[in-house]
Amino acid sequence: MPKATFRIWRGERGDGAWVDFETEVSEGMVVLDAVHDIQAEQAADLAVRWNCKAGKCGSCSAEINGMPRLMCMTRLDTLPLDEPVTIEPMKAFPHVRDLVTDVSWNYEVKKRIKPFKPRPPDAADGTWRMAQEDVERVQEFRKCIECFLCQDVCHVLRDHHKHDSFIGPRFLVHTAGLEMHPLDTEDRLADLKEKQGIGYCNITKCCTKVCPEHITITDNAIIPLKERVVDEFYDPIAKLFRIFRPKKTE
Amino acid sequence: MDRYTTHEHDVLVIGAGGAGLRAAIEASAADVNVGLVCKSLLGKAHTVMAEGGVAAALANVDDRDNWRVHFSDTMRGGQYLNNWRMAELHAREAPDRVRELEAWGAVMDRTKDGKILQRNFGGHKYPRLAHVGDRTGLEMIRTLQDHGIHRGITVHMEATVFRLLKDGDRVVGAFGYDREHGRFLLYRAKAVVLATGGIGRAYSVTSNSWEYTGDGHGLAYDAGADLVDMEFVQFHPTGMVWPPSVRGILVTEGVRGEGGILKNKDGRRFMFDDIPDLYKDQTADTPEEGWRYVTGDKDARRPPELLTRDHVARCIVREVKAGRGSPHGGVFLDIAWIREKIRDSEAHIRKKLPSMYHQFKELAGVDITTQPMEVGPTTHYVMGGIRVDGDTQMSTVPGLFAAGECAAGLHGANRLGGNSLSDLLVFGKRAGEHAAAWAKDHDAGTVGEDQATDAMRACLAPLERDGNGENPHALQRHLQTMMQDHVGIVRNERDMTHAVEQLADFRARAAVVAAPGSRQYNGGWHTCLDLPNLLTVSEAVARSALDRTESRGAHFREDHPAKDPSLAGHNTVVRRASDGTMEVSRLPIPALREDLKAIIAEMG
Ligand SMILES: Cc1cc2nc3c(=O)[nH]c(=O)nc-3n(C[C@H](O)[C@H](O)[C@H](O)COP(=O)(O)OP(=O)(O)OC[C@H]3O[C@@H](n4cnc5c(N)ncnc54)[C@H](O)[C@@H]3O)c2cc1C
Ligand code: SF4
Ligand code: SF4
Ligand code: FES
Repeated sequence: MPKATFRIWRGERGDGAWVDFETEVSEGMVVLDAVHDIQAEQAADLAVRWNCKAGKCGSCSAEINGMPRLMCMTRLDTLPLDEPVTIEPMKAFPHVRDLVTDVSWNYEVKKRIKPFKPRPPDAADGTWRMAQEDVERVQEFRKCIECFLCQDVCHVLRDHHKHDSFIGPRFLVHTAGLEMHPLDTEDRLADLKEKQGIGYCNITKCCTKVCPEHITITDNAIIPLKERVVDEFYDPIAKLFRIFRPKKTE
Repeated sequence: MDRYTTHEHDVLVIGAGGAGLRAAIEASAADVNVGLVCKSLLGKAHTVMAEGGVAAALANVDDRDNWRVHFSDTMRGGQYLNNWRMAELHAREAPDRVRELEAWGAVMDRTKDGKILQRNFGGHKYPRLAHVGDRTGLEMIRTLQDHGIHRGITVHMEATVFRLLKDGDRVVGAFGYDREHGRFLLYRAKAVVLATGGIGRAYSVTSNSWEYTGDGHGLAYDAGADLVDMEFVQFHPTGMVWPPSVRGILVTEGVRGEGGILKNKDGRRFMFDDIPDLYKDQTADTPEEGWRYVTGDKDARRPPELLTRDHVARCIVREVKAGRGSPHGGVFLDIAWIREKIRDSEAHIRKKLPSMYHQFKELAGVDITTQPMEVGPTTHYVMGGIRVDGDTQMSTVPGLFAAGECAAGLHGANRLGGNSLSDLLVFGKRAGEHAAAWAKDHDAGTVGEDQATDAMRACLAPLERDGNGENPHALQRHLQTMMQDHVGIVRNERDMTHAVEQLADFRARAAVVAAPGSRQYNGGWHTCLDLPNLLTVSEAVARSALDRTESRGAHFREDHPAKDPSLAGHNTVVRRASDGTMEVSRLPIPALREDLKAIIAEMG
């Protein structure tokens, strides 16, 4: 069987070095398979997160040849194997060990976003009615597998480290999913502007490019949210209009 | 000796999949202090992978459906070995549990009149599975997670429980370590709920992730609890078979629910060749009738592709063994054919089965809207597990509760698709409620220091061998191959006896595995510590399967290929004997309540 070289970043808490591993490559293999083979044959203590191996859980995020990707969905036959394949941890989060980073910040951010608050049920039996067309828009946002690759690539977090004042694309998607939920009645616009730093996003669209779920993060989630914030805080006429028009029928 | 940090909770829930999250939410609603532990990050548990849907007799699509039909379908699917009280509660309560998800923000697909849409699935008489395309599990776990994080539950992510702690007969806590730093943790709790999922990692071809090492089963067994029905392991008929690296990854039954058909290499739709008597009256006579069924004709009967999973899996094995399989040792699953029936079928398939489309496109280079898939059986689910009381979910050990895949009873000899997600909700809630009630009635108990010291010593041993021992990943791979070959879909006495002997060897080898490296996020070390549980469940499956000298549901013995009526009245139980060996016994099934008997008689 042909062999390929995998150049993996190994180390703890930011201290580390590239280590080369050579392993056999067979048809259909993905990067995560190679990492598992290396674990089984050469480095039992290699640290890596994974669960589903099918692009459904968002655990195996890493940077492969410099690109933020899921290891389980990156086929080796899409990479040049005549040179080493580099695999390194995400950069926007504190390093733990080898390919594993500390993503706990993301869980803290989510807790601070106001939860879902539905309108009273539509029917006597406590259920609601929603049209398929209306749910489809939020279903796109709800596809998110929380791989945090969009967070990793966003320059506001990656280069400018604004973790204290900007929630990042993942949580703008989350907020859009709540704000555009046909049943939701909560108002999150003030938080978006004041606490969650939506203004930091300058629509570079890098996040959309890396999203493995193909969520149109910028066009469908961030831009509409930005427009709502503008309507609410900078455009008195639109705001007046809002008062007369219930939030969720637009 | 090393140190540990102590956490105190009224209720400790181990596992943060659907069952654990639902239990934690319910317990915290009862105003007790709740801790939730999971091996992975929050939201990554197996539940996230569920595809097809959650079964509940909402009757939104077919108004003939109700809990009684769901109950009788579940019992028939389980070949009447089910804990009938659980089957009853499940069928009655699932609709409310699903509607509750909507109140917490879930966004499921809709019917034309705006209600929750339901789809067909194997063994369910009417369209019954509420769903979101083919990513229902993601919707469910995210809804529970996002609701749960605002409920004051303390979450301990990436922490593994290694042992349960006892005060006399009672469970009063758990001992574990955090995966990131390798530091030890001691949880004291008045009640403990196990919600750790399944055992699929005991096999080499599986749809299950690294987490499925049967921890809850092993922890409960070591604490003295009974395990029941362990011979019943579900091999899902349709896993991917090619390329090798994706072998085992699930192809949802939803493909067949949407009209997908199974064919052998000669193009024959072989599922029509063998229809079990129990299902003759409910199965279509012709492909035409089958198609009418999947498109919603209420007078049509379901196509044979939607027979129960055990049967479909065996038919596939038969075709492959007879040399009529596909090039890579499976059969063909074809959804693309529906273009003969509907216009714009390609967009329809992408809409109904988006993640299947994605999965085949990216991992196998196959476009399912125009080409057939190659599929074969994969280890998927364990019906067996911790024996619990149907109402309270308490195990045979006081203070220890269990819910979800690690508990047993609801599914009997074979689980119907969609009945797991509903199981998690119904019995997760019940476990949380009763664990909280138990916690209010009991004190914290005492944990002897020796229990902690002993657990720490056992945890550290593989590291102290300094790399002088077998690689745990390699050992795990060998074990998986052995189980696949000897205690797989088609079983016999000789192979399984051999497996039991081999397992003794594996135990000796596992006792001296070594993990090089430090305690920081060391996957090799974690695998060393998972091995004992994997060995316990492997032995439980093999011994239970040896004891059941017949074929029933998911358990197929080629040396006893028929059902034996004299074995229809008991469940197989394993427990740890006083000398530490595994003891197998037969537990008679209590007589069915008269009203439930009448339902089964009525549904035929
Ligand atoms: C690919 C796939 C598709 C499926 N599709 C469907 C479907 O469409 N419909 C359906 O009804 N069912 C489906 N199933 C089955 C169903 O998803 C599972 O049975 C169910 O999700 C199990 O849920 P659970 O809550 O019991 O466990 P899980 O969701 O697996 O959660 C287990 C939890 O326990 C934790 N844990 C385990 N051991 C320990 C330990 N030692 N210490 C601490 N924590 C621990 C894990 O970290 C995890 O958080 C599918 C299964 C698979 C694999
Ligand atoms: S579009 Fe906005 S959120 Fe996305 S990467 Fe660019 S700056 Fe970040
Ligand atoms: S939005 Fe996309 S890239 Fe971002 S976390 Fe979700 S799935 Fe990942
Ligand atoms: S392992 Fe789940 S997304 Fe890669």
